[in-house]
Amino acid sequence: MATLSVCQPQLGGFSFENCKRNAVLEAEVTKLGCNVPSARKTGTTICGVVFKDGIVLGADTRATEGMIVADKNCSKIHYISPNIYCCGAGTAADTEMTTQIISSNLELHSLSTSRLPRVATANRMLKQMLFRYQGHIGAALVLGGVDCNGPHLYSIYPHGSTDKLPYVTMGSGSLAAMAVFEDRYKQDMEEEDAKRLVRDAIAAGIFNDLGSGSNIDLCVITKGRVDYLRPHDMANKKGVRSQRLIRPVYAVTGNYKYKQGTTGVLTKSVIKLDLEVVEETVQTMDTS
Amino acid sequence: MLTGLLYCSVPVTGMGQQVGAYGVQDTLRSGFSSVKNELLPSHALELSEKNFQLNQDKMNFSNLRNIQGLHAPLKLQMEYRAARQIQRLPFLQSSHLALDTLKGNDESISFEDILNDPSQSEMVGEPHVMMEYKLGLM
Repeated sequence: MATLSVCQPQLGGFSFENCKRNAVLEAEVTKLGCNVPSARKTGTTICGVVFKDGIVLGADTRATEGMIVADKNCSKIHYISPNIYCCGAGTAADTEMTTQIISSNLELHSLSTSRLPRVATANRMLKQMLFRYQGHIGAALVLGGVDCNGPHLYSIYPHGSTDKLPYVTMGSGSLAAMAVFEDRYKQDMEEEDAKRLVRDAIAAGIFNDLGSGSNIDLCVITKGRVDYLRPHDMANKKGVRSQRLIRPVYAVTGNYKYKQGTTGVLTKSVIKLDLEVVEETVQTMDTS
Repeated sequence: MLTGLLYCSVPVTGMGQQVGAYGVQDTLRSGFSSVKNELLPSHALELSEKNFQLNQDKMNFSNLRNIQGLHAPLKLQMEYRAARQIQRLPFLQSSHLALDTLKGNDESISFEDILNDPSQSEMVGEPHVMMEYKLGLM
């Protein structure tokens, strides 16, 4: 370990030591015409809806890094507590860490109070933390769960504002999903109707927004039961390579070789190479 | 990021360098100094994070005083002062168990516990210097 003459002990938490250096680097790099590496965002469609007995949360599964798809099947519905789940849009690392921290805090809190945690508690913890960091933590969340007071659904924005609503959408595909919700949402739906509505809303986001894609994950939360359906629906299936049956039993995928005899043979000449033995040596193996 | 530097352009005190012996900038220990480095914070959140705990405590104590009267914050601060003294010498890792329990930090996890954990720090403070600083001899 290196010894450094610090006068005060180090504190934990965020360290801003490299911010000035980063700002200078960024200025230099843009002068040269390159780009700085960008954070991986989830460029997402997430949504949630309250139905008769609980909550349905839905999310797509694509994570983008600029113009490239970084993860084709990432999981955006995060566990907060046995009765509360949270979908996250924005910077992928921020949503992961934020939901994990709040999940740990809620667990400690529920151990201390010996009660099932409430959605309002999770909401307040999230909004206080996000406000503390003034939006620099880019996490837009849809928080939903069922507690002793019934089902609750909140949407939480990166700067710390929250809304408590019966149906919410977030992410780059939120407008497409919200269009579907505004058309077909009814109060006190049945579970199957709610699942179909969320699935259609996420599909609208997937097909109409570049930042969303791949599969649709659903999470149905009711009192005492959570169904985490991953994947619920594969909206974009990858194509299957052409198959060729060798025998009736086996199917070989991706065999693009031509059959023998496809090309006609015009002439055939065989040249024999005369090779003579020049040297013969025997090398014994060491088998001891 | 440049925009980050632009809007935190309010000069503040408290970003200053460590003053070494004889009251002059200590280049060996804290590096080169420049007026801009000392005046401007390097990130919009730097100041607010540095003083976050202090500001929270101030707010809580003033609320307590308004609700329960002067005795409540007085007693609490006395207990905090007593608990803060239960620690090892500054260059060693102390658990701050009493202080954490009083403040309620034993029941919560935040970025202070995850990022830059002082017990995992790669740098060790020099004992003599840190003791001298703590006793005010430096």
